[in-house]
Amino acid sequence: MTKVSMTVNGKAVSGDVEGRTLLVQFLREGLGLTGTHVGCDTSQCGACVVHVNGESVKACTIFALGCEGAEVRTIEGMANADGSLGVIQAAFQEHHGLQCGFCTPGMVMSAADLLSRNQNPTERDVREWLEGNICRCTGYHNIVKSIMAAAATLRGEQVAAE
Amino acid sequence: MPKDHGIGASSKRREDVRFLTGKGQYTDDINRPGQAFCYFLRSNVAHGTITSLDVSAARDAKGVVGVFTSKDLEGLGGIPCGWEVTDKDGAPMKEPKHPILAEGKVRHVGDPIVAIIADSLAAGRDAAELVELEIDELPAVVDMREAIKGGTVLHDVAPDNICYDWEFVAENKAAVDEAIRNAHHVTTLELVNNRLVPNAMEPRAAVGEYDAGRDEYTLWTTSQNPHVIRLLMGAFVLSIPEHKLRVVAPDVGGGFGSKIYHYAEEAFITWVSKRVGRPVKWNADRSEAFMSDAHGRDHVTKVELAMDQEGNFLALRSSTLANMGAYLSTFAPCIPTWLHGTLLAGNYKTPLIFTNVKAVFTNTVPVDAYRGAGRPEATYQLERTIDKAAREMGIDPVELRRRNFVKPDQYPYQTPVAVIYDTGNYDATLDKALELADVRGFAERKADSAARGKLRGLGIANYIEACGIAPSSLVGALGARAGLYEAATVRVNPTGNVSVFTGSHSHGQGHETTFAQVVADMLGCEEANVDIVHGDTSRIPFGMGTYGSRSLAVGGSAIVKSVEKIITKAKKIAAHLLEASEADITFANGQFTVAGTDKAIDWGSVALTAYVPHKYPIDDVEPGLEETSFYDPANFTYPAGTYVCEVEVDPDTGVVEVQSFVAADDFGNVVNPMIVEGQVHGGLAQGIGQAILEGCSYDENGQLLSASYMDYAMPRAADLPMFVVDHSCNTPCTHNPLGVKGCGEAGAIGSPPAIVNAVIDALSAHGVTHIDMPLTPRRVWEAIRAARN
Repeated sequence: MTKVSMTVNGKAVSGDVEGRTLLVQFLREGLGLTGTHVGCDTSQCGACVVHVNGESVKACTIFALGCEGAEVRTIEGMANADGSLGVIQAAFQEHHGLQCGFCTPGMVMSAADLLSRNQNPTERDVREWLEGNICRCTGYHNIVKSIMAAAATLRGEQVAAE
Repeated sequence: MPKDHGIGASSKRREDVRFLTGKGQYTDDINRPGQAFCYFLRSNVAHGTITSLDVSAARDAKGVVGVFTSKDLEGLGGIPCGWEVTDKDGAPMKEPKHPILAEGKVRHVGDPIVAIIADSLAAGRDAAELVELEIDELPAVVDMREAIKGGTVLHDVAPDNICYDWEFVAENKAAVDEAIRNAHHVTTLELVNNRLVPNAMEPRAAVGEYDAGRDEYTLWTTSQNPHVIRLLMGAFVLSIPEHKLRVVAPDVGGGFGSKIYHYAEEAFITWVSKRVGRPVKWNADRSEAFMSDAHGRDHVTKVELAMDQEGNFLALRSSTLANMGAYLSTFAPCIPTWLHGTLLAGNYKTPLIFTNVKAVFTNTVPVDAYRGAGRPEATYQLERTIDKAAREMGIDPVELRRRNFVKPDQYPYQTPVAVIYDTGNYDATLDKALELADVRGFAERKADSAARGKLRGLGIANYIEACGIAPSSLVGALGARAGLYEAATVRVNPTGNVSVFTGSHSHGQGHETTFAQVVADMLGCEEANVDIVHGDTSRIPFGMGTYGSRSLAVGGSAIVKSVEKIITKAKKIAAHLLEASEADITFANGQFTVAGTDKAIDWGSVALTAYVPHKYPIDDVEPGLEETSFYDPANFTYPAGTYVCEVEVDPDTGVVEVQSFVAADDFGNVVNPMIVEGQVHGGLAQGIGQAILEGCSYDENGQLLSASYMDYAMPRAADLPMFVVDHSCNTPCTHNPLGVKGCGEAGAIGSPPAIVNAVIDALSAHGVTHIDMPLTPRRVWEAIRAARN
């Protein structure tokens, strides 16, 4: 067991982990942050996407020890300070961008990274960006709409609700 | 102006908040004090005899709590099957035992052999390496056409590997044969309905806990129907009475059918939690899910459609081989029979229909219902065959369909395959879909594609499905070993807010929102004042769960019945308080009023009086305001519609791109349009996935080649277009109180034939008449090459 320390959602945390402990295991089992999900074992589905030092990372594909000293952000850290839904989360609810909710944390984290890189993505940009996030419920239609709407809100545009 | 409240409003989903903030509680999020973990050692060969099994070294390994094989499970039952299909000669189907852990033989890759309980999953997995297991490998049979020849036999009770040989409608056989012999034209098509893996994003999981002080078990499990699991597992497998067994299906991350069934793993986890005296968790990894979740589809079919000179359908004959896999899953036998044969009339007035279905055991994972379940197979056969017939007859495919439609003045319509359609209007959805798809502009778009070297095709498919499953007396006569009603308890709390306890289970469908809309509409209250409770057998009445697009049509109807009883009782209380005759009380907008006066009392006062019955008609009415109802539907519901799509095929690479997809559905009345459209989107993605991407693949030795997302092509965002969906052409269901039909499966039923018809339309100039799904680049490219040569 080795001690690992990092910042998760703005809080300093540490724990003892094995060399083979994945970041997602440390988050879920060590810290009880069960919003980050595991949907596959080949780094394909993206249900486990979190941010490490500001970039989206599949938490099933990085060791906890590899995140020593890192700034990690998970779905639990995406709401506004007052607890209300953040812009991307709110857009997902407004546009029905989720059904069973299992892939949703990864979708939101992935979308956040896209919108930090590209403030004005096209529909095609969004679809291609989501290559590493699988959803079985929505057919992606409303996920794409949600992310496009969130982008518009972040740019300060008004979006008509449907 | 769209409604902003109650029935008809696109109310935002209340469940979203917990899912969007990481506060959902899925089974793997549940951790119990002192919890151990289970690892299943599974067969890596498809068929074989276990000649040696020594687990002593694993038992002694660090962190191991216990190691179990089938020898430890003596006295427990096998995993039961919930539907008995009768053979054409009247004999019951062959029903081999499905043991929890393999008993002497393994029959598919993934068959569990040893279960290891350890302090951590890693310790369990490490210990599995120490199990000394020898399997004498037997020849495997994967192809159904080979299996029915005998030779390699899975189960002694079925020496030809045939589970049943079913004919329907047997009395029609001679007349169908004669009509086909004498017809002006017969179109014949052989096709494969490809095997799929449902792939809910949440893998199956279970947590078992035994309370020795109370002699009670709790199982948290990924289920669409916790009461069904409690009954099957308690009564047939573990012999635990219901009152000592609680089954909880908490937040469940998608099901699509695959989480209906009772699985060996959850039974074992429940049993072993007592045996080891600790809570035990099992969570499938994705590869394990691929080799242990029930698969879907996997039919091989020959269809013959007889027509007269004008293209009027005279008779339909089909024969199908349906894969059961290595064991019978819970509802497997009814899928290729009663959910398939009964839909072979489709939207058409074909007078004579006969089908033969042979269900076949093979060395593959068991096959059961997957979104649509039997109805996609029926629809695919019909709509592909009709398209081929149109080409052969030189009749426009739209016109040929229209000519044979059941017309609006023919309802109720008795089909020749037992079911009676209550209502519908197929011309309306067809016209709407053609309009939304701008079919008139197709020639121009095709020319544009051609200018870019691409082949453009237009595909049309109609569908009808039998949903709202199902009238208990009818399914009982057809072999179901359960009733298929739904239950609901509506509890008005003392201050007037409402708790609804439903047997339906939401695993993405948004029941917590939709059901609250229904209740709020009836009671004239805010949706926020209505809470929907589901998924916990210790809280909800005995109910049958969610599948077959039944939750609103059957479960919603049970809620309506209970609310109606509540209103009736509340009126009695209101009449007493208002000193009026009960007959004079009207209830609207949350107020009880004496008709023709301004005397009124609000909902909250009546509710409080029911629980604080100081001034109360105690001789006539019991205190309290809570009612339970069981709703058993009078008939199936029959959602129907038309799907139109355009594809572009690259003849050099065989790549198919879906350019546009229009769905015009008749779901009857719609409670939440936003949720309904979302259900259609998801169904379309799964149907398009089946048509062009997904195929579960075994090699000839029974090795599962597609056991990860590296190998099984799940639809990604970039594979799909934005969809155009419409549900304005509504004919409300005539026999349930909400007039609803169900919308969960339609998308997956109607879309595969629409896509394949479009691709064949694109390639018809090259002489291609059929390609089996999935239409991968390689298959399409090879078909073009073969046709050219």
